[in-house]
Amino acid sequence: MNAFVAVVAHDLKLATRSFGDLLTLILFFVMIGVIVPFAIGPDKVLLARLSPGIVWIAAFLSSLLALDRLFRVDQEDGSLLAFRHATISLETITFAKLIAHWLTSALPLILATPILAVMLNMDMTIFWRTVVSLLLGTPALTAFGAVGAAITVSLRRGGLVAPVLILPLSVPILIFGTSAISANAGPDAEVAAQLFLAGISLVSVSLAPFAAALALKLTQE
Amino acid sequence: MSIETAKPMNWFDKLAHPGQFLIWSRYLVLPLALVSTTLFVIGLWYAFFNSPEDYQMGDTVRIMYVHVPNAWLSQFVYVAMAVSAIGTLVWRHPLADVSMKAAAALGAAFTAMALFTGALWGRPTWGTYWEWDGRMTSTLVLFLMYLGLVILWRSFDDQLRAAKLVAVLTLVGAINIPVIKFSVDWWNTLHQPASVLRAGGPAMPPSILIPLIVMTFAFTFLFLTLHMVAMRTEILRRRVRALERKRAVEGIVK
Repeated sequence: MNAFVAVVAHDLKLATRSFGDLLTLILFFVMIGVIVPFAIGPDKVLLARLSPGIVWIAAFLSSLLALDRLFRVDQEDGSLLAFRHATISLETITFAKLIAHWLTSALPLILATPILAVMLNMDMTIFWRTVVSLLLGTPALTAFGAVGAAITVSLRRGGLVAPVLILPLSVPILIFGTSAISANAGPDAEVAAQLFLAGISLVSVSLAPFAAALALKLTQE
Repeated sequence: MSIETAKPMNWFDKLAHPGQFLIWSRYLVLPLALVSTTLFVIGLWYAFFNSPEDYQMGDTVRIMYVHVPNAWLSQFVYVAMAVSAIGTLVWRHPLADVSMKAAAALGAAFTAMALFTGALWGRPTWGTYWEWDGRMTSTLVLFLMYLGLVILWRSFDDQLRAAKLVAVLTLVGAINIPVIKFSVDWWNTLHQPASVLRAGGPAMPPSILIPLIVMTFAFTFLFLTLHMVAMRTEILRRRVRALERKRAVEGIVK
């Protein structure tokens, strides 16, 4: 347990120390929300209607941007090799890294959502639903991302390949994520979508460490 | 050379050894191709000359005889690839690697054909080439997954390492496919429901069902033929690489 906390703390410290990375990520997320109105026009009603989709696309792209730093640094400085001789299993370490990565790449985006809410003319109920849906859905996004990052960690252009592999797999997250906000399918549809989203997150977060650790082990053979 | 210490091979090891595979598969390519061609001749004859027009769709219903087999293969090939992936990860079998790699590009091709024929069929019957309907969308996502796997194969120089990582991704995708399918259906549905394999018998007369089944077998045998040829090509390609490397080393030593 001690080692587990140590890995989380180590990753958190590294991520917060280079504050520029964190700021870049948040800025990127907000900028997508700022750019979209230029593309589709300043119609406030239309923007409010599209806002769930825009927020989720922004979250998708930002999480892909952050993905590359999940395992690459550890691969380059040899930490991944050292991890294999740790007292805890590589699966546990991967899980710890997942938690730290979510805290430093997904949570800041959720905290920045109010800015997008103002830009995109969301009303209060939609805003709170967006926050809930992001909280429920981003763990799954991080989990899929971890598998993709682990598979491509030895590729020099892995940062380019991983998104292509992950995006098709993440379609359900996007579908349930936006349905949990807009709910035009019928009454209680947003609750159903939230439950599905939570289910996908639980299953993927519990399975992803095994798949990612397996990929990391196979990379080093 | 430690042939004396190696334990004796059972029949399966013998059959699945890449060198042995090259020997026995040579005699299988032609028969498979002949079966496939015969089935195509019969199936196409039925499809063009001996099956009724649809009372609503007219002659365009004949696109079905190409569309449905390709759609079936788009899923069948993924299952074959997932089974090979298990072979790669559990038994570390080189032939499973080769089978997985050969199937990936073929699967992408068959899925592209299913989408393309579907678009051609959709235009006269639904009035549109593309509709964001459940089944079409999940086939499109499947196509993107195939392309991702092909890209992953091509991004590695070391094909042995690539095989294991591709196998992980293939299995993650296999677990994900039902979820994608369900979520997309939940999102939007227009396509007609499954009408061949369903409880209570098929929902079409035998005059249409027979050519459809013949064509499905024809395309499946086409896949088996192409898969066999692609596997042989891949094994030979690896041998050529190994020989080239050997020659290069000899050149340096000299």
